[in-house]
Amino acid sequence: MQFNIIIAAIYAISFIYALFSGRVSELTTAAFEGASGAVTLCFNMCGMICLWSACLELMSRSGLSAKLSRLLRPLLGRLYPRASRDPETMEALCANVSANFLGLGNAATPAGIKAAQGMQRISGKSSAGNELCMFVVMNTASIQLLPTTAAALRASYGSQTPFDILPAVWLSSLLSVSAGLIAAKIFERFSRRGRLG
Amino acid sequence: MADLGNIAVPLILSVVIVWSMSRREDVFGAMTLGAKNGLKTVLGILPALIALLPGVYMLRASGFIDALTALLEPVFSFLGIPSETAPLVLLRPLSGSGALAVAGEVMKSSGADSLPGRTAAVMLGSTETTFYVIAVYFGAAGIKKSRHALPSALIADAAGFLAAAFFTRLLF
Repeated sequence: MQFNIIIAAIYAISFIYALFSGRVSELTTAAFEGASGAVTLCFNMCGMICLWSACLELMSRSGLSAKLSRLLRPLLGRLYPRASRDPETMEALCANVSANFLGLGNAATPAGIKAAQGMQRISGKSSAGNELCMFVVMNTASIQLLPTTAAALRASYGSQTPFDILPAVWLSSLLSVSAGLIAAKIFERFSRRGRLG
Repeated sequence: MADLGNIAVPLILSVVIVWSMSRREDVFGAMTLGAKNGLKTVLGILPALIALLPGVYMLRASGFIDALTALLEPVFSFLGIPSETAPLVLLRPLSGSGALAVAGEVMKSSGADSLPGRTAAVMLGSTETTFYVIAVYFGAAGIKKSRHALPSALIADAAGFLAAAFFTRLLF
């Protein structure tokens, strides 16, 4: 629904605005350029995205992904003390975070849903518990080792060194996730005080 | 520092391949299967881009993006963010493919290796489609009250955008 509103707004605004700015005649070219641009873009990004998913397949088959998931356990156990007491939830949680880290969107979502359901079961309420809020915030902030899509997009628009953004992406991701988690912790304290009073 | 990014891909690829070889995995079989999955991913993005990209290009051609950029320029320059990324900042939390289309548009009009183009790529790589993620997870867990999840997630997004602009300017 939300998506339909966005798409309708984009087209309606551009048409109405073009009427006012007298550029309606340029819209036709733009529309065709956009449609064929979508195809060229996918064509150009295709190789890099496929290469990375080939690498990911190898990682999961040779047990590297599972290793990563195990490595994350102590850290995540500290962030989610209540969830860590339920082995199944904890496993899904670790799998979700490691899949996100590798950029495996297709694997991250099912594991994340399982973890979210587990956390909800533990808290047993219909409002989101503190750990569930933190977990969702962590998922809305991207933590990615190789932002392949962003790099592939750069390459397809003629970048000479599409991956030189990596350090900047890592630092920004780290800052963004920390800000989200700190914000969640601060909100937690406020809501706890509110409930007691 | 930027060299690290250029080393990462060949390093990860060769380490993963050699490691898998040593574990006696069918390296070629796994890679071709993975590549096939990648094709599915790309084919999944394509229809959304065909629906969106004409609209985004039309938005640029109508002059609306320029007007919006000019309108938000004081706020963005105060925050140290290139104002060309304004449409991306507005759309990123709402739609993944929309953000991809808009970020590509920034690279097309400013250049992929320009400051706005690079900033757009870093923003794209370091943030997520916040509203979608919240809807999926809370929907699946049957949560009615999302409490402080949305404000915290939006704070994370804001921090991500500011950090993307800051680190891109610092490192390039």
